Amino acid sequence: MKKSTKTLFNIIAVSIILAMLIFLELNKRKYSYDISIIERSIIYAVAAVAMNLTNGFTGLFSLGQAGFMAIGAYTVAILTIPVEARAGVFYVTGMNEFLSKIELPFIPALLLGGFFAAVLAGLIGIPVLRLKSDYLAIATLGFSEIIRSIIASPQLNMITNGSYGLKKIPRFPSIFVPMILCSLCILIIVMLINSSYGRAFKAIREDETAAEAMGINLFRHKLTSFMISSFFTGIAGGLLASYMGTIDSGTFKITLTYDILLIMVLGGMGSVTGSILGSFLVTAGREWLRFFDQPLTLGSWQVPLFRTGFRMVVFSILLMIVVLFYSKGLMGSKEFSWEGLLGFFKNLFTRKQKLNGGVSNGK
Amino acid sequence: MSLATFLQHCLTGISLGGAYALIAIGYTMVYGILRLINFAHGDLFMIAGYLMIFTLADFPWYIAIPIVLIGTVVIGIVIERLAYKPLRSAPRMSIMISAIGVSLLLQNLATYLFTALPRGYPEIPYLKRIYQFGPLSASFVTFLTPILTMALVFLMVMMINKTKIGMAMRAVSKDYETAEIMGIKINSVVSFTFAIGSLLAGIGSILYFTDRMSVNPFSGSLPGLKCFVAAVLGGIGSIPGAMIGGFILGIGETFLVALGFSTFSDAFTFILLIVMLLVKPTGLFGEKATEKV
Repeated sequence: MKKSTKTLFNIIAVSIILAMLIFLELNKRKYSYDISIIERSIIYAVAAVAMNLTNGFTGLFSLGQAGFMAIGAYTVAILTIPVEARAGVFYVTGMNEFLSKIELPFIPALLLGGFFAAVLAGLIGIPVLRLKSDYLAIATLGFSEIIRSIIASPQLNMITNGSYGLKKIPRFPSIFVPMILCSLCILIIVMLINSSYGRAFKAIREDETAAEAMGINLFRHKLTSFMISSFFTGIAGGLLASYMGTIDSGTFKITLTYDILLIMVLGGMGSVTGSILGSFLVTAGREWLRFFDQPLTLGSWQVPLFRTGFRMVVFSILLMIVVLFYSKGLMGSKEFSWEGLLGFFKNLFTRKQKLNGGVSNGK
Repeated sequence: MSLATFLQHCLTGISLGGAYALIAIGYTMVYGILRLINFAHGDLFMIAGYLMIFTLADFPWYIAIPIVLIGTVVIGIVIERLAYKPLRSAPRMSIMISAIGVSLLLQNLATYLFTALPRGYPEIPYLKRIYQFGPLSASFVTFLTPILTMALVFLMVMMINKTKIGMAMRAVSKDYETAEIMGIKINSVVSFTFAIGSLLAGIGSILYFTDRMSVNPFSGSLPGLKCFVAAVLGGIGSIPGAMIGGFILGIGETFLVALGFSTFSDAFTFILLIVMLLVKPTGLFGEKATEKV
């Protein structure tokens, strides 16, 4: 395919998306449900792409997503709740004197949240990343539990409002704010992946010993990857806080990490577009699967399996199926391309070739 | 804190540590052989708790306990066969993700079948009888746990060092491929490892939940993580190490709760992990591993 055709396709795709967003924005009231799904998907996409940076591209197994998101979310929440609303939010113990006077605009608060997440990632990474990467999984998993219990502890009532959670976090004024911010984050990560750092990360993933022999400083690169990933995870958390408007420590349970993990695995480890696609599928899929939780009657026969909780069982079985039989995910480690998409449709209609690789055929 | 309270807390801590130790052994053995953090191990322990609730409703305890243990072993082996065996040659990360998937599935299945509300754990006769030693009082299970743990650890060490299957396990953990070439049936060795780990998790679950008195679908996940930390503390791959690690965690946690830092008792575990990794990454009893290229 010629480069000009590709550009044309890109422009068409972007303008279709823009038109859709403008349409949704103009009919905000009618489509509020769809808008909330899109916003959640794109925020999860940032977290999944950031997770992909460590897990998919660098080959480190980090499971601290929920913890880093909690840090970002609480930073944003504490710093952006309007000063006059704070007495109402911290109605139990009152807010810390010093903090109660500081109010930041959204973007600086978001960046600060990412920064804190990155610093904490450094603190964990420096001891742990010198060792085999298995320990990173358990240390980060444990860390995210610690963060949650510290946030909820009564000793921090003056700062995080303990187990009562935070309310009245300013919401997004329009759907464009999260869209632009998330696209920017993903773009930066993609640029990083395509830089010489990104190539070093991939080398580490493929073979640590060989990478080291080529002069790549393993520890420094692993730490860089982990800290940058945590920075963007923190940002995703901050966006999530603004999206939800109300957060408490229960929002950042380990299940949040597993959600992001599922998105990443479904999309394909090592594929940015895969993570974005996975994020939309999983978030929308959760809504579609809701009917599993309702009792279902076919004619006069009540289907016995359908009741509360069945949706999550189906969800985890789907995860197992993906892991066991489609371990490459939707995209493998390839990226989306127009040739691949065209090839996919050609295969679909002609059925002459076997459907191997699907969308990811082209490069 | 008076001496009596101190000793009382020590007793509670050792008892909790014993239960932790039994679960930690399951982690350490599986990691030793497959290099897999079996995230589902803690949830297996939770399922064993539910099994006990339902079997003890219909059977007397001397039949219920064997049923629960056999059930746990069967579930453990089935998990290994279905979720881990097909991925034996896949990258290590996929098998760990599979383990997370199993853990999620077990939790959701338990929530679906038994609801998220905690269920009361039945009382097993004799285990809850209170004994009084001067100022100290504790139920029988508190004394039984550490003794049983140590006896089981002794048996395990004997098995690993003296029997044929133990030798096979050591061979597989040293060098997977060579062991296979030498005619060791990898699959049966791995299944056997999972069976032993599940059996110990079943015993640990009876001891742990008798003290806690209720089970919910998530009551396995945090103890599971802690027990992995216990295994790392003791040196991964070492069974006596896992026991010592379990005791350290159990006692440390009990004292933190006693001193009023209950919110930080979970954090303590992971801070201990990070400190240990900084000071002695191989753990207390771990061998120094040489990197293969």
